[in-house]
Amino acid sequence: MTATEILFLVFAVLAVGTALLAMTSRQLVHSALWLVVTLGAIAGCFVLMTAEFVAWVQVLVYVGSIVVLVIFALMMTRQPAAGPSAEVTGNRWTAAVLGLVTAGGLGATVVAGFEGERIKGDHIGTAGSLGEAIFNDWVLAFEVLSLVLLAALIGAIVISRAGSER
Amino acid sequence: MPLLYPLILAAVLFGIGVYGVLARRNAVLMLLGVELMLNAVNLNLVAFDAWLEDEIHTGQSLTLFTIAIAAAEIGLGLAIILALFRAVRTIDVDQVGAES
Repeated sequence: MTATEILFLVFAVLAVGTALLAMTSRQLVHSALWLVVTLGAIAGCFVLMTAEFVAWVQVLVYVGSIVVLVIFALMMTRQPAAGPSAEVTGNRWTAAVLGLVTAGGLGATVVAGFEGERIKGDHIGTAGSLGEAIFNDWVLAFEVLSLVLLAALIGAIVISRAGSER
Repeated sequence: MPLLYPLILAAVLFGIGVYGVLARRNAVLMLLGVELMLNAVNLNLVAFDAWLEDEIHTGQSLTLFTIAIAAAEIGLGLAIILALFRAVRTIDVDQVGAES
């Protein structure tokens, strides 16, 4: 077992543990902060899979902006605490069974399909090679994506304004 | 590195995300579950890109697009949740469902 594999397993265990904490924590802000650790560990996994540019984008966009937005929203919608188990619905056991079934089904499928395959790790996704790929082969998707982002921006502004006029 | 490591990690994270979306009462934390599922998908895309050694980096380009769409989705989702909070003074999905 190489050092890369050991590091990957460490990051994987970290990601799964903190994801569980994020999804079960009673403190709302703690949930968001645990998710920061999960996303950081996944960024570490990206680096170990030779996708260094994607890892940096993950840190910048997810950890830097999405989690901050979520924490802002949590603070703006804070309400008085309503009982000890207020944070999970009554159907949490159904949800747990469904989550286990999903993970088990997906896991069994990938084990059946890709057992024994190995990532060689000499196909490195630097900013240069990814930029070349995006602006040569994926330029149409890239432009459509910028339209989607613009639409989302305008939509978010319209939704927030429609609420405040009342 | 065996290809199964990232694939199984992605499957487990996706399952945890499904649990979070279904079990959380707070609408903002449901969105966090969706983000976790999107991240599991990204892990799959990057793993298959590294495995196939794709010349035009299909997997990693699509990962970047997914990250951008996730940012758009969380912005819109939080705008909707804040509008909901202004309208009914709660973002508890059980109560919102019971009142409307």
